[in-house]
Amino acid sequence: MEKAIEVKGLVTHYGTREILKNVTFSIPRGMTTVILGGSGSGKSTLLRHIIGLLKPTKGNIFINERDITSLSEIEMIDVRKKMGVLFQGAALLNSLTVSDNVALPVTEHTKLQGSTIDIMVRMKLDLVGLSGSGGLYPSQLSGGMKKRAGIARAMALDPDLLFLDEPSAGLDPVTAAGLDELIVRLKKVFKITIVVVTHELPSIHIIADYAVMLNRGEIVFTGTMDELKMSDDPQIVSFLARRPPDDSLAPGDYLKTITGNS
Amino acid sequence: MKVSTMPLPVKEIFGYTGKTFLSLLDSLNTISVLINSVFYQTFISPLTGRPPRIRASIVEMVRTGYNSVPIVSLISFFVGVILALQAAYQLKKFGALIYVADLVGISLTRELGPILTAVLVSGRSGSAFAAEIGSMKAAEEIDALVTMGINPIRYLIVPKLIALMIMMPALTLIADFSGITGGTILASTMLGLSPGAYIEQTINSLAIQDIFTGLVKALAFGIVITLVGVYQGLRVEGGAEDVGKRTTAAVVASIILVIVFDLFFTILFFFFT
Repeated sequence: MEKAIEVKGLVTHYGTREILKNVTFSIPRGMTTVILGGSGSGKSTLLRHIIGLLKPTKGNIFINERDITSLSEIEMIDVRKKMGVLFQGAALLNSLTVSDNVALPVTEHTKLQGSTIDIMVRMKLDLVGLSGSGGLYPSQLSGGMKKRAGIARAMALDPDLLFLDEPSAGLDPVTAAGLDELIVRLKKVFKITIVVVTHELPSIHIIADYAVMLNRGEIVFTGTMDELKMSDDPQIVSFLARRPPDDSLAPGDYLKTITGNS
Repeated sequence: MKVSTMPLPVKEIFGYTGKTFLSLLDSLNTISVLINSVFYQTFISPLTGRPPRIRASIVEMVRTGYNSVPIVSLISFFVGVILALQAAYQLKKFGALIYVADLVGISLTRELGPILTAVLVSGRSGSAFAAEIGSMKAAEEIDALVTMGINPIRYLIVPKLIALMIMMPALTLIADFSGITGGTILASTMLGLSPGAYIEQTINSLAIQDIFTGLVKALAFGIVITLVGVYQGLRVEGGAEDVGKRTTAAVVASIILVIVFDLFFTILFFFFT
């Protein structure tokens, strides 16, 4: 199995608080990998490190065999041209139309003519099912359409890697299902590596080939979806069964907690 | 547990001092990194074949400069009138009314033109910069630019800096002109001076360096207002509430810094011109 992304011994801090504790795993090429975990497990932080927005305290991140933790900002541009990111709120530039948003990476990184860029933009918008909405501003779009426009922009330069941060967050189930279908289609059509950070169980079952699970900053599982479903690790079982973890305290500990004498 | 021997208030004072010092050091670091990269992207990067975004700079010039022309000319016109009146109040005791022209001309070009313009521009554009960049930061738009391989400083901040570096001196010239016009109109209507004599007196009293020092100040104020605005915008963490706070902070800080820089330049020009 060829690796697209490899994370080795990643340790990160937010202030003095340790968020990721020596995380090591790899993400296979040409598959859809989901990064799972509850709120506060560090999965968003992990994504921000992989896309190079944060520098780790310790550890290395290899993307296509280049260690991005040791690259300069200028060298990073080459890596970034080969990856697309959809942020949680889509993060479209509000001052530009949808078309201009999608065209932005192309105009900044290539010397193509305006008419060529127009055609590329229309192709990408058609791909995500937004043909005809190019002239609208992001504030005129619904939540689902914003995410689709965000995916179109992330796909603008035909990347090898597509990162999606909680694509179905804040969407109704039908819109979320539509987005899942789009993700599946993107993988089929373009054979790209897709990394999705999510905790939505229904979409995990539809889109994922491979899973990485985090809990409190530590990796608890990496493997294929079938292995995940077969696992008898109590954390994984309770996550997949949507059962809250058993964290009730013993009477003595509870007394300590409320009196503050821990 | 070992009981600390240090009395609590003392410990708190040390803790407070240390925390304040560390956060100050941290902001100083952020500011110097920002200043460094803004200037690099504005002046050095074009030499390596990455020109600034001309169209965006023109858009910013219209927003920050052209749209400020009415308010800048109006305010400085009134200030010109007020200055002339105040000067006349004293000078008429000595029968030296014609020197109103000198006073109005020199104080406007050297001091009031640049500072009035700077205060108005901080209120209009400094706050707008902070709000725009702050809300983009809150909506992860800045992060999105970074992941697209687009330098947010080059894309967003350099056009603003270029715009204010050009428009602040331009607006200051307009302020000078309209303030002197205000003085002329007052002098010729209420003080009984002839407009021709007033204007001639103004021209004779002004040296080129009076106007020039005012424009140098204006340029510096433009840089200060841009940097403070974008710095406060980039510091936004979280949501809309913080954007509001940072916008206010941007206006307050840029007005204070403008006055501080004004003092600095005035001292400099006092000794070296």
